[in-house]
Amino acid sequence: MNSQVIHALYDDDDVLLKAVDRIRAQKYHIEEVYTPFPVHGLDKALGLEGTKIAITSFMYGCLGFIVSILMMNYIMIEDWPQNIGGKPSFSYIENMPAFVPIMFELTVFFAAHLMVITFYMRSKLWPFKKPENPNPLTTDDKFLMEITIGKNEKELIKLVKSTGAIEVTKIEKNE
Amino acid sequence: MSSHYEAPIRKPLVTGDKSYHDVTEDIASAVEGKANNLWWIVFGISLSAFLWGVGCIIYTISTGIGVWGLNKTVGWAWDITNFVWWVGIGHAGTLISAVLLLFRQKWRMAINRSAEAMTIFSVIQAGLFPLIHMGRPWLAYWTLPIPNTFGSLWVNFNSPLLWDVFAISTYLSVSLVFWWTGLLPDFAMIRDRAVRPFQKKIYTLLSFGWSGRAKDWQRFEEVSLVLAGLATPLVLSVHTIVSFDFATSVIPGWHTTIFPPYFVAGAVFSGFAMVNTLLIIMRKVSNLEDYITIQHIELMNIVIMITGSIVGVAYITELFIAWYSGVEYEQYAFLNRATGPYWWAYWSMMTCNVFSPQFMWFKKLRTSIMFSFVISIVVNIGMWFERFVIIVTSLHRDYLPSSWTMFSPTFVDIGIFIGTLGFFFVLFLLYARTFPVIAQAEVKTILKSSGENYKKLRDNNE
Repeated sequence: MNSQVIHALYDDDDVLLKAVDRIRAQKYHIEEVYTPFPVHGLDKALGLEGTKIAITSFMYGCLGFIVSILMMNYIMIEDWPQNIGGKPSFSYIENMPAFVPIMFELTVFFAAHLMVITFYMRSKLWPFKKPENPNPLTTDDKFLMEITIGKNEKELIKLVKSTGAIEVTKIEKNE
Repeated sequence: MSSHYEAPIRKPLVTGDKSYHDVTEDIASAVEGKANNLWWIVFGISLSAFLWGVGCIIYTISTGIGVWGLNKTVGWAWDITNFVWWVGIGHAGTLISAVLLLFRQKWRMAINRSAEAMTIFSVIQAGLFPLIHMGRPWLAYWTLPIPNTFGSLWVNFNSPLLWDVFAISTYLSVSLVFWWTGLLPDFAMIRDRAVRPFQKKIYTLLSFGWSGRAKDWQRFEEVSLVLAGLATPLVLSVHTIVSFDFATSVIPGWHTTIFPPYFVAGAVFSGFAMVNTLLIIMRKVSNLEDYITIQHIELMNIVIMITGSIVGVAYITELFIAWYSGVEYEQYAFLNRATGPYWWAYWSMMTCNVFSPQFMWFKKLRTSIMFSFVISIVVNIGMWFERFVIIVTSLHRDYLPSSWTMFSPTFVDIGIFIGTLGFFFVLFLLYARTFPVIAQAEVKTILKSSGENYKKLRDNNE
């Protein structure tokens, strides 16, 4: 499907934030904003939901914790119990103090790596992925807003220009 | 502008009249420009040291670790000293990037990238030593929890040496991922500026196709925060577990409960010294004086002073507890450290680690670049001696006086240590030429609040 969008380029983060508020107040749909650095408050201004990635990290951490217990219980207690240094391995709980370091390390290992993998998958980041920012200046010092063209194109362009955009272009998008 | 307010009493973190584009230019220029002669000279020296180390490692592995100066009394010496020294240096990187992030210290932004690079490169050096010490490094996979070739015998999870395997590998891999995630937007910046097709291709690959969408940034910031929260206890656990290698044994001088906090403080101490050594040179060579300012160096010197004093308290506590315990073996171990045949190592350690950082109480000295550089080298030497003192002096007088002996390193011991220094600097020099050495995306977020020109503008408007 072909859709028409407007690319509005800004050169200041404060101007951009005010523009987002004004354009959204006029009931236009902002498709995407590309910025060179995290602009604080932009996600709220765009009405983006909070990210749940910290919660996934907590769950991955719990998984790592359980994996470490199951692994060491199987290896040290069930499969091949040994008397090491006069401390026989007959029950997990009695030998647990020696297992705490690895329980901790595996919790962190799972929580950190699986969260980052989740982030890369959700934000589509991996080697050989083609970058999708429409203007290379958006990793330098420019901010680009992509707005869907509704019924009244002229009015939208006028509005966008009045918010301080330094460049407004109309783009045909193939999806 | 009101949302970028910062108390006027705070000194600017970015000096000079900088715009967002200037930040991009300044950080990309080190990557896009050509290396000067000085870089090639230092690189050449480091590479030769590295190759010499590789030679010594090959000699060790093909002949056996008998080529080291170890004997049956002193079975651990330079290898473990170097291991602990390198791991300790790594700790400052995580402290700067994780702990200072949790405390919202903005000054970390100019130095976190290089400090984390230092962490990764030094943990690589550290990892080499246990690997070589195995004698048969191709069997290193036996440390993984897999049943060995004789049937179903597993690794021993009661052993602190195995805890080390898990701690160091978790630490290295999590640090690497933390570092790389932060690098994505900065690689993307270089990618979008690249003119040569080859360069463009490489940086596209490295940047994982980062586009800078609002949602990506939201996740990026959350991921950074959670990783910082995970890395903080992780970094404390790593040196704690390294200290367990000694503390869980029954050797006088090792068997002490003070070891974990004492080792962690020492690690932060030596790590900050190494960050100072590297950044004082880098800010000059790569023209980054506007980002890594005197204020940054001063703050790092204060951390060195505080952690150095903590280490000093730990040394004195050890002496006191040895006397107070009434255990004559403990008492002898510490008396022997200070007055025995290795007295010179003990007093070098005391001078470098406890005495020298006290100069940082004087503002004039801690804001002097030359003085900071000298102290950072002195501290690194002192921390190497600390590990040598702990390891060798405790071993060389064991329970049987008939086996009392001394340790002297062979050229192979020295060669491998010099080799890791070379390897470390080779990696760091390559990094300084190809990676964005300052987290420019993060610096841009504080430019309006902490940039010198914006601060002036605000003061004039009031």
